[in-house]
Amino acid sequence: MAVLVYIETEKGAPKRNGFEAASYAGKHAANTGNDCIALTLGEGDDAELAKLGAYGVSKVIKIDDARLNSFDSKAYAKAISEEAKVLGIHTVIFSQSANGKSIASRVAVRLQAGIVSGAVDVPDTSNGFLVKKTAFSGKAFAFINISSENKVVAIVPNSFGIHQGSGSASVEKGSVSLSDSDFSVTVKEIKKQVGDTLPLPEAELVVSAGRGMKGPENWGIIEDLAKVLGATTACSRPVADVGWRPHHEHVGQTGVAIRPNLYIAIGISGAIQHLAGVNQSKVIVVINKDPEAPFFKAADYGIVGDAFEVVPKLTEAIKKLKSA
Amino acid sequence: MKILVCISSVPDTTSKITFSDGDTKFNTDGVQWILNPYDEWYALVRALELKEAGGGNVTVINVGGPDNDAIIRKALAVGADDAIRVNSNVTEPFQVASQIANAAKDGGYDIIFTGKETINYNGSNIGGMVAELLDMAFVSYASKLEMSGNIATIERDIEGGKEVVEVKTPFVVSASKGLAEQRIPNMKGIMMAKRKPLNVVEEVPSEARRAIQKYILPAPKAAVKLISPDNVEELVDLLHNEAKMI
Ligand SMILES: Cc1cc2nc3c(=O)[nH]c(=O)nc-3n(C[C@H](O)[C@H](O)[C@H](O)COP(=O)(O)OP(=O)(O)OC[C@H]3O[C@@H](n4cnc5c(N)ncnc54)[C@H](O)[C@@H]3O)c2cc1C
Repeated sequence: MAVLVYIETEKGAPKRNGFEAASYAGKHAANTGNDCIALTLGEGDDAELAKLGAYGVSKVIKIDDARLNSFDSKAYAKAISEEAKVLGIHTVIFSQSANGKSIASRVAVRLQAGIVSGAVDVPDTSNGFLVKKTAFSGKAFAFINISSENKVVAIVPNSFGIHQGSGSASVEKGSVSLSDSDFSVTVKEIKKQVGDTLPLPEAELVVSAGRGMKGPENWGIIEDLAKVLGATTACSRPVADVGWRPHHEHVGQTGVAIRPNLYIAIGISGAIQHLAGVNQSKVIVVINKDPEAPFFKAADYGIVGDAFEVVPKLTEAIKKLKSA
Repeated sequence: MKILVCISSVPDTTSKITFSDGDTKFNTDGVQWILNPYDEWYALVRALELKEAGGGNVTVINVGGPDNDAIIRKALAVGADDAIRVNSNVTEPFQVASQIANAAKDGGYDIIFTGKETINYNGSNIGGMVAELLDMAFVSYASKLEMSGNIATIERDIEGGKEVVEVKTPFVVSASKGLAEQRIPNMKGIMMAKRKPLNVVEEVPSEARRAIQKYILPAPKAAVKLISPDNVEELVDLLHNEAKMI
């Protein structure tokens, strides 16, 4: 039975999280001896969609109804579920993005499927359908078995990675049609943050700073370091709460949970709530003037020192490496 | 306006996470339970602000056992008018959503709030499921919500920005940071909460679709490698050659 993966698109092309979802679904399909079919909603550029073939997808189905060019969880969930039924599909995969999460749970209801969101590895199907997911805000993992015939899995961005092979997928139009009453919201505007770095949940490199920076006027050295690395900036909660940095930069248990390859924490003590959102980063570097700061226990590399001296030197050293 | 706020009981953020029964159960010994922060700080407070501005009623609903009455009273102390607890031994999100949808279906609620996720299972499942079960619109991760008549303008967090949407009541919305400012209950609120109605209703059956088999903790980190602040080149070298990150 084929596996269906919903692929988010932007201007007709798969988004970065779509390539990861395709890689995950492709791997699961291969593990179970099945085909992997991708589904896109709204305008789709066939040449761009065919590229999903290099990630394990054999066929892309696009439902290019113009009303689906903006996001609506109700209409999206109906389109995906109905297409899954037409195709006789039992397993649907999503990327756990803002939109992916909102539709995955609706699709699970429509398909009477058990759902695991927050998945970090492909299902183990040797004895059931066991999915590893994050729990307790990154402090633990749970293994959940889905027992219903239909299954929905949403994967955490950056957990599985993008695995590019070769090949090209065929692109076909889907058969599902929607009526106006399936639509329930009107998108008025999308406000993008300026800058060309990846958004935090998807970022591979993150430079983060806390109250140790003393004030918002001192963030120049943080931004300089982020810039030479091509990293996204983040911050601790109190820094966002007092308005030194915007809320969307707040990482931790009550902010954004991230799992970049590299997390550099500067002037952050490493409180348990902060660690909860960042401790799944692959490599953690801590710069703090207090050798007793709890963050050092969670770090791979550490410098005990004054951020105002260390960070500019680090930026220079990285610049040197990059120009070498 | 009639507003329903879904609230959940979660372990305090400083709780030590351990497991019992061969790592199949979360060990609740010594765990302090709190209202899920997203439910308490943002969803409930924004609901109360809407009521204060336009009149109406704010009901909180929890699906769980009698131990949850403490966090329900807390929500009443913050300002909710009344509460429903669906008496249940919760095992999965669909079970919770089914109970909420069942309790809400004849309630005539204009808005159903949830938090963006619980801090124990981080599933973000309940809002979407309730909306689907009730065939309503669902707007997730709201960081701003303004009402004008029966139309809400909502700003929601998306990767790398915000999306502004308009939606008509009734709808389901999940609350993220910024939607409101946390309120600390005062003495009067705490006293009044004791007399507010907390209606306990029995669970309706729902099909089991998944089960937790075991938990594990992340592998412990090796000791940190400390580098002298006078030798940042060494850190760059390690990140480049050992960790292969830059
Ligand atoms: C329910 C709840 C939820 C929470 N959720 C979150 C969350 O999601 N995210 C989060 O981050 N926090 C969260 N917190 C707050 C958390 O407990 C900490 O208070 C917070 O993380 C501390 O932020 P900080 O490390 O920036 O500041 P501090 O704890 O004040 O640490 C500042 C650090 O900077 C160092 N420093 C000072 N000067 C320098 C210098 N010149 N050079 C180098 N280092 C320097 C100090 O040694 C210190 O370690 C939560 C708290 C609660 C109660």
